[in-house]
Amino acid sequence: MEVRVQNIRKEFGRFPALEDVSLDIRSGELIALLGPSGSGKTTLLRLVAGLESPTEGTIFFGDEDASKKTVQQRNIGFVFQHYALFRHMTVLDNVAFGLKVRPAKRRPSAADIRRRAVDLLELVQLSGLERRYPAQLSGGQRQRVALARAMAVEPNVLLLDEPFGALDAQVRKELRRWLREIHDRTGHTTIFVTHDQEEALELADRVVVMSKGAIEQVGTPDEIYDHPVSPFVYGFIGQSNCLDVTLANGEIWHEDRPIGLRAGNEPDGAATLYFRPHDVELIDGCGGCLAGLVTASRRVAGTRHLELDLGRKHPPVEIELPPERAASTDHTRIAFRPTRWKLFRKGGQKEAPLIEAEAPVLAATGT
Amino acid sequence: MAHDAGYASNTLVTAATSETRLSRVVLTIVALGFVALFLLLPLATVFIEAFRKGAAEFFTALGDPETFSAIRLTLLVAGIAVPLNLVFGVAAAWAIAKFEFKGKAFLTTLIDLPFSVSPVISGLVFVLLFSSHSVLGPILQSYGIQILFAVPGLVLATVFVTFPFVARELIPLMQEQGTADEEAALSLGATGWQTFWHVTLPNIKWGLLYGVLLCNARAMGEFGAVSVVSGHIRGQTNTMPLQVEILYNEYNFVAAFAVAALLALLALVTLVLKTALELRYSDEIAASRRH
Repeated sequence: MEVRVQNIRKEFGRFPALEDVSLDIRSGELIALLGPSGSGKTTLLRLVAGLESPTEGTIFFGDEDASKKTVQQRNIGFVFQHYALFRHMTVLDNVAFGLKVRPAKRRPSAADIRRRAVDLLELVQLSGLERRYPAQLSGGQRQRVALARAMAVEPNVLLLDEPFGALDAQVRKELRRWLREIHDRTGHTTIFVTHDQEEALELADRVVVMSKGAIEQVGTPDEIYDHPVSPFVYGFIGQSNCLDVTLANGEIWHEDRPIGLRAGNEPDGAATLYFRPHDVELIDGCGGCLAGLVTASRRVAGTRHLELDLGRKHPPVEIELPPERAASTDHTRIAFRPTRWKLFRKGGQKEAPLIEAEAPVLAATGT
Repeated sequence: MAHDAGYASNTLVTAATSETRLSRVVLTIVALGFVALFLLLPLATVFIEAFRKGAAEFFTALGDPETFSAIRLTLLVAGIAVPLNLVFGVAAAWAIAKFEFKGKAFLTTLIDLPFSVSPVISGLVFVLLFSSHSVLGPILQSYGIQILFAVPGLVLATVFVTFPFVARELIPLMQEQGTADEEAALSLGATGWQTFWHVTLPNIKWGLLYGVLLCNARAMGEFGAVSVVSGHIRGQTNTMPLQVEILYNEYNFVAAFAVAALLALLALVTLVLKTALELRYSDEIAASRRH
């Protein structure tokens, strides 16, 4: 079922948790709400579920206005961060709960309920643990019980709050892949909340990046990573460097020299240059480049990470190179230039507008 | 086998928090000695005095019509007050633990009030409220409703005094458990009542049972507040604790201690019941705490 969130605003007391948020989710999509804590992602999820009611705005399930409906009427499946399994019920009773509490008219027979719960436990690979209590399960198993319980009611939309937050790294990775499989098999429209970008990028069809109660960007993982639309997204997703630069006569200057990148027709002024550590190339002769002293050099698997000191004021810049290109560069000076980058106008306003799209074009001379 | 294990753990203690053998023995003796002197000895005295002149005398004393009516009255008052406070305690704990509202801190403080006020004053409050010189008293009197020196007054005073037990027991428990379980049940389509019955109640049942047992013990044993509102009408408004006092003041020691022993027995049964339940369901209790 498709879910449309329209101009939602939510205040807790006088504190705004969400401001004018709109989002269209297609049927069968797996969507990640990604952001730091306090960005409003969990609030948005709870609003869709009906566990909170919006101060303003509407939420549609298909063509139906769901915002007036109670959480029970919305027929959603919600997986809580700490699972909220009923501790006094067996695994089987937990999964069957949503069916058992239905009014007699819509309730399947006891045998059907049992069969359905057993099937779901098989789907989440927990066959044989029906009689266990939640306290007798590992974290990963509890997580799967919670998912089976949420799916038992055949929800319009499946909502997961930090589904892997309480698990250790190994189990996390496994469950992530497994959740993707389950989603592909069952086809539920699924929204999950996470603060882990790797999780969002790996798992989701589309990622919604949120910050301070607003949506920064919505896009596929590739779009989000390759074309971030704001400094926040650039900084939040993946590694990135940012440099204070000035624009003068269509050229980008870092401190007192041009760095060999063109700023097009943008007016002169202060700006911030963003680039990823791996989107750089080394240059031999420096006729317009960035140059810095290597202060640290670490080999991490297939790449070498270099930390460069570009000058007094700047925090160190990190770049990544193939190991053979930077064999023993400790305490040497190297010159480089970003190959993919983005420029954001330094603004006094809360959001610095983008002034130049990423351009893997090299400026004039060099190499 | 069990002995071996115990021995091994005794000799192999090397943890920083473990005490030497001597200090452990001394501490244990002090604790047990204190319990024996201040708890067991008085309790034993009650039973010894009650049976001083033999079992026959004991049962004759209990068979006395006035004493018998006191026992009945005590059970009646506790039977009304405890369910009332059970309902109130669950409602108050639910309100305080599960959602935010104005005046929450005030309500929390108010629940403790009966603990901090002397029981005699609690009784006096009702005398002032319902006596023939008050506003309410004559009005109720004109409808033929007698509050003071009758069962309603005793129930009111008992409810007031035992008011905090259930709520006090449940509030920290419910606060710790949070609302996620309830939200999960609601999201699965359960109604409010189903959620309470199938999710909340099982989660709090041990705390609730403990609170009810304590509440009951106090309801049956309350003296001060009840004494003020009772009027001490023999065979009518004397509860067991009041009857003990009357018999004692009349130098009827065997009868006084017989009633006291019965009262103490009720308290002991309560404790034994609680312990037995805890033993029987220890796994479940441990599981519900661990999770």
